[in-house]
Amino acid sequence: MEVHVQPRTRSKMFCGCAIGELGDAPNSHVCEVCLGLPGVLPVPNKAAVEACLKTALALGCEIPRHTKFDRKNYMYPDLPKGYQISQYDLPMSVNGELEVGGRKVRIRRVHLEEDTGKLIHAGDKLHKAWESYVDLNRAGVPLMEIVSEPDLHSADEAREYAVELRTLLRTIGASEAEMEKGQMRAEPNISIRREGSKELGVKTELKNINSFRALHRAILFEVERQKQLLESGDPVVQETRGWSEAEQRTFSQRSKEFAEDYRYFPEPDIPPLELDRPWIEDLRSALPELPGPRRGRLVAEHGLPPSDMAVIGADRELADLFEGAVAAGAPAKQVANWIVGEVAPSGKLPSAQNLAELVKLVTDRSITREQGREVLVESVETGRTPAEIVAEHGHRQVSDEGELEVIAAAVIDANPKAAADYRSGKKQAINVLIRDMTNRMPQANRQVAGEVLAKLLD
Amino acid sequence: MTDDLTQLTIKDASRLLRLGSISAADLVTAHVQRIERLDEHVKAFLRFTPELWERQANEADRRIRQGDAPPLAGIPIAVKDVLCVRGVETTAGSQILKGFKPPYTATAVARLFAAGAVMLGVTNCDEFAMGSSTENSSYFPTRNPWDLERVPGGSSGGSAAAVAAGEAMISLGTDTGGSIRQPAALCGVVGMKPTYGRVSRYGLIAFASSLDQIGPFARNVDDAAITLSLMSGLDPLDATSSDRAGMEVLNNFGAGVKGMRLGVPREYYDVKGIEPGVKAAIDAALFILRQAGAEIVDVSLPHTDYGLAAYYIIAPAECSSNLARFDGVRYGMSEVDAPNITEQYLETRRKGFGAEVRRRVMLGTYALSSGYYDAYYLKAQKVRTLIKRDFDEAFKKCDAIVSATSPTVAFPIGSKTQDPLSMYLCDVLTLGGNLAGLPGISVPCGTSDGLPVGLQVLGPQWGENVVLRVARAYEEASEMKAQVAEVV
Repeated sequence: MEVHVQPRTRSKMFCGCAIGELGDAPNSHVCEVCLGLPGVLPVPNKAAVEACLKTALALGCEIPRHTKFDRKNYMYPDLPKGYQISQYDLPMSVNGELEVGGRKVRIRRVHLEEDTGKLIHAGDKLHKAWESYVDLNRAGVPLMEIVSEPDLHSADEAREYAVELRTLLRTIGASEAEMEKGQMRAEPNISIRREGSKELGVKTELKNINSFRALHRAILFEVERQKQLLESGDPVVQETRGWSEAEQRTFSQRSKEFAEDYRYFPEPDIPPLELDRPWIEDLRSALPELPGPRRGRLVAEHGLPPSDMAVIGADRELADLFEGAVAAGAPAKQVANWIVGEVAPSGKLPSAQNLAELVKLVTDRSITREQGREVLVESVETGRTPAEIVAEHGHRQVSDEGELEVIAAAVIDANPKAAADYRSGKKQAINVLIRDMTNRMPQANRQVAGEVLAKLLD
Repeated sequence: MTDDLTQLTIKDASRLLRLGSISAADLVTAHVQRIERLDEHVKAFLRFTPELWERQANEADRRIRQGDAPPLAGIPIAVKDVLCVRGVETTAGSQILKGFKPPYTATAVARLFAAGAVMLGVTNCDEFAMGSSTENSSYFPTRNPWDLERVPGGSSGGSAAAVAAGEAMISLGTDTGGSIRQPAALCGVVGMKPTYGRVSRYGLIAFASSLDQIGPFARNVDDAAITLSLMSGLDPLDATSSDRAGMEVLNNFGAGVKGMRLGVPREYYDVKGIEPGVKAAIDAALFILRQAGAEIVDVSLPHTDYGLAAYYIIAPAECSSNLARFDGVRYGMSEVDAPNITEQYLETRRKGFGAEVRRRVMLGTYALSSGYYDAYYLKAQKVRTLIKRDFDEAFKKCDAIVSATSPTVAFPIGSKTQDPLSMYLCDVLTLGGNLAGLPGISVPCGTSDGLPVGLQVLGPQWGENVVLRVARAYEEASEMKAQVAEVV
């Protein structure tokens, strides 16, 4: 699998242009360098090199002493210089690995290059279009290319690998890695082989994949397509295929029979980089705890189920929140439930202190779970502590039987049918009564309310 | 009187300007009048920059009056058509860039502007600096001011001829295989190629990125030295530029050659095709240097024979990539009526590039192709390493290397255009300095059959001051200051 990731930088790979956003006016982030005007020169962006090195270190890669940029030559209107500056035979890093679902996926290399521009065609393809427009906002945006060895055996594994990679990149702050924003692009190379065979089959490379879901579906489709070809005795052609989201299928883009000869050669405008060893060691020691080891530690320390860990361990901020709330004294399992059930889906994070307080309020039955949800939302919005909010709203959960009996009696009077049903043996009819009780008194403890009702009815 | 102003050195002109005897506007006028009289014969200039010269001369006069004149205040310069100047049409001598006005100025030029220089115009050159005679210009050939039937050399022929004819006091050229030193020799002026990395290449329309350097033409060594010192130094826009201080090129450069060891490489001294008159002039120069106290020693550059072949792989390989951007999509010539993008590329480049450029793009594309890369490009890079090593060895035995700059004097226009190989041989003594990235200068050293001969001095990396010191000592001892050609 080849994954292109846009490192988190303020400016482009070889010039000072800002990194734009999707939807910015075309050609609004360009200068003479990324426009490829005559006489201009590329100067490498140190922040991009740093992000690439951090990624490489987090993947356990070796960082060679010398690295260099190369030119990949081909002409296309989205490539202003007629070549892309990339790395060929001396990449910034080699031989790493990423643990995915308990298995190690070997990483062949992580290198740096620049993105191309974007073409917008009035028509279908370049050669048939009536008019074509070139937007060079993306031209020169830095990209890290992370290339794995052929160690992924299914669409599931490929998706897991991509998700794990995203978690890693976010954890170390190397990239936002939003697939939907084009900050991360996965290009799986797919081949199938007979069970037991050691030799890899002919591969196809898939492009235009914009989400994890699309990645999964494209691979499933492509595996099935190749299987049908081979079963009917036809060969798989080595080619680049595009994924069509609309049609949910892959289609041939470029056959490798007419493969371009990229005439790679060392980029003479950028001297070879000699990577400073102390700098690399500084970067290595500044890496945060990585998601894999952290997940292992959290499971071991708190006995959490893997399903919870899959959510909490997938995001550094969630994991930090979890550990913070537990450290503040809240019980681990309940904190995990709240994070998995409430915090993660909302995408809005309370402080660890506030979450811990909230969990404790619910756990000791001071407020109901329902009230807890409301308090959480308000706490995230206002930043106030759950205790303050509860005090202000009079949210205290009522568990006092005497207090509840008064309401319970009124509820039984108001719902004679449900009461009769219950008495005649339809025990679930009590739920109607409980619901009416909590409507009248939201702070009523549901469990105690049920007990009081049952006592009065029996 | 006004013609006298076109014979001045920077030092003399600056003195007159500061004394108030003349103004920058007077200097410009004198040069413009001479250009008007002579350039229809020499054809050194492609275009003129009256708005620039007016503004810059006024500014220079203002600064001089205020007493804070920068070092080149009011000095008229000409700039080779490969150096971008903001708002000034810059075409690399090619049709493909016709009408292109860069929105930026090359760092080297910008630094001379900041130092007060006044730009007169853009000088002719071989298309994309590919050639040794300026006959590959897509506009017209430039003529040698000493003999209008002969070439000025190239590729910076316009810049060399402008200074030789008194049409500019100094000028800028670029040197990829000898494109400053060879025309300097053929036009009887001083031309200097700095160490690779000394001068920023930002804004230089690239021919071969690992070989190109910008350098000055002047009529004496001092002027070349001061100009070079002012345009040198680190440029954040060029990752290959060095942070060495520009002024170091002037270190000790007036100290003379007494006690210096000057190496004469036998492969250069007896180079195939060297004209007897050129050899005689070099012998005389060696005699003068010895008289001035230098020790002349034999050295060897054993891989010289392979240099030309390596150069004609590496330079075309880089050019094939550097010139890919000229595709007719964003600027310059564009054959937009082509039926599809591939045809648009082909038509634009077929019409926009001349024969020599197309030849080199094809050579370079071939040399980088899969299956040929190892045999050509990689092999050439290995030869390049050997050539560097040759120079390293030689500089253990001597402080600087001296030789002829060109095996021949200026040749008749049209005499080599049908035979590219014979044209390529013009650079046989200069391109080693580019492959090794070394500083080199050509200074006038007499004539052969009435045509100028150039003495080349090569130094070790960053040894501009050594090169200038030898050149200056020779200039002084020989009393061979460059003359301004009368032309007509």
